[in-house]
Amino acid sequence: MNLTLRVWRQKNSITSGQFVEYAAKDISPDMSFLEMLDVVNEGLILSGEEQIAFDHDCREGICGMCSLVINGKPHGALPATTTCQLHMRFFKDGDTITIEPWRASAFPVIKDLVVDRTAFDRIIQSGGYVSVSTGGAPDGNAIPIPKEDADKAFDAAACIGCGACVAACKNASAMLFVSAKVSHLSLLPQGKVEETRRVLNMIGQMDAEGFGNCTNIGSCEAACPKEISLDNIARMNRLYAKALLKNKLS
Amino acid sequence: MAASAESLQRISAAGLMLQLWRSSLGKKYVMAITGLMLFGFVVVHMIGNLQFFGDATLINEYAESLKSKPPILWGARFGLLAAAMLHITAAIQLAHSNRRARPVGYDGGKVVASTLANRTIIVSGLTVFAFIVFHLAHFTIGWVNADLLKLTDAAGHHDVRGMMIAGFSNPLVSIFYVVSVGLLCLHLSHGVASIFQSLGLRSKKTEANLKKLALVAAIILFFGFCAIPIAVMADLIK
Repeated sequence: MNLTLRVWRQKNSITSGQFVEYAAKDISPDMSFLEMLDVVNEGLILSGEEQIAFDHDCREGICGMCSLVINGKPHGALPATTTCQLHMRFFKDGDTITIEPWRASAFPVIKDLVVDRTAFDRIIQSGGYVSVSTGGAPDGNAIPIPKEDADKAFDAAACIGCGACVAACKNASAMLFVSAKVSHLSLLPQGKVEETRRVLNMIGQMDAEGFGNCTNIGSCEAACPKEISLDNIARMNRLYAKALLKNKLS
Repeated sequence: MAASAESLQRISAAGLMLQLWRSSLGKKYVMAITGLMLFGFVVVHMIGNLQFFGDATLINEYAESLKSKPPILWGARFGLLAAAMLHITAAIQLAHSNRRARPVGYDGGKVVASTLANRTIIVSGLTVFAFIVFHLAHFTIGWVNADLLKLTDAAGHHDVRGMMIAGFSNPLVSIFYVVSVGLLCLHLSHGVASIFQSLGLRSKKTEANLKKLALVAAIILFFGFCAIPIAVMADLIK
C-alpha cells in the first residue's frame, strides 16, 4: 500500500510545531501502525533526516506506552485497540492519515508525537496504591471477595494508563483514568481501608495537574482501548461525596 | 504530600462548602443540584401555564393564589435566583478550566461520541439566560410594556391570560419564545441525564432509561410551553 502521512513535528516543548507530509511507500497491510512508522523512519534515516519520535514499548497492547491521535481519534478508529495493535489493513491504499500527539495542557509535548504523561504518575503517587507495611503476599483465596466485586475491580484494573481518555475528551479530563484506579482499589477489601483518603487526594492531585472537568459525554469510554466504563466515573462521584461527608463528620 | 495530611483534618461546614466549590467534582455536584432545582421549576411552570387552556379565569386565580402567600413566593424566587446564579457561575468557571486544559485542538474530526445537545450546552444555556431576563422584564416586572401588568379580569384579579394573549400577539415575542424554549429543551435533553451521572446515580443498567427520560421530558416541555404562543398566533384563542 502507498499512503500519505500528515505528521505533527515539533522539535521540543518550547518551540511550536507543524504538520509535515511524508509518503509511506510499499507498506504491507499486515504491518502494525507502529511498524509502518518504523519503515518511514528507516527511510528518513537513510536520507539523513530527523526521525519521527513516538512512544512505544511492549507492542502487544498491555503496557500503555503507545499513543497517537490517528485521524482525530486516539489509538485510531478501531474500538478497544491500542495503536500498536492497529494494523494497516484497516486503511485503504492511497489514504491520507493525520497523526497528532495527545493534546492536553497536563500532557505537554516533549518531541513530535511524544508527550509527558508524568501527571498520571503523580496522581497514582497521591493515592493509587494499597499501603502494606509488612508480610508476604497472602494466599489467593485467603480473603473472600464476591465474584461480582472481583469482576468490576478487574474490569477497572484493565486500565493501562495510556491517557487516551484525556486525549479523546474535549475538556482533556482525566476522570476515566482516575475513576478506574479509585474503583479498582476501593472495590476490594484491601483497598477499601484507605478509600476516603485515596479519593480525596487523587482528585485533589488531578485538579492540581490542570485536567479538565467531566461533561458526561462519553468520548473517553468510546476511545478507551481497554473499554473502561463510565460507571467508574459515577462510582468516583459517589465515593467523593461520601468521602467529603465522612471527613466532615469523623 | 502536604495536601493529604491537610485534607483529612476536621473541617467546618463552611470549609466543606469551599472545598466542594473548589474541586472539579464538587462543582459538578453544584451544577447537578441547581440544575435539578431549575428543572423542577420549569416543570411546575409549564403545568401552571397550561391552565391557560382552561376556564377564562383559571390561570388568573392560580396566579392570585401564588401571590397570596408572599413568604413562599419570595422564598421560591430567591431560591431559584440563587440556584440560577450558582448554575451559571459554576458553568462558566468549569468551561474556562476546560478550555485551559485543552488549549490546542485536533486537526481531524469532531469530538468522539458527542451529540449536538452536549456540544452546544454552553451556548444554549447562555441564550436561555438572556431569554429569562427578557421574559421577566416582559411578564413579571413590566419593563417592556407596563400596561400588561395593569390588566384586570372581572373578579379584579390581574388578568394573566389577557397579558399572555397580548404578549404573544407580537410575532417577534412569540418567535423568540419558541426558539428559546427549543434551546432550553435541547439543553435539558443532555442536562437531565447528566444530573444523574454527576451525582453518581447512573449505571450501565439505567443509562438507556435516563437518556429516554431526559429526551421525553424535553419533548413534553417543548410542546407544553410552545402550545400557548402557537395557539395565540394561530388565532385559536378568544
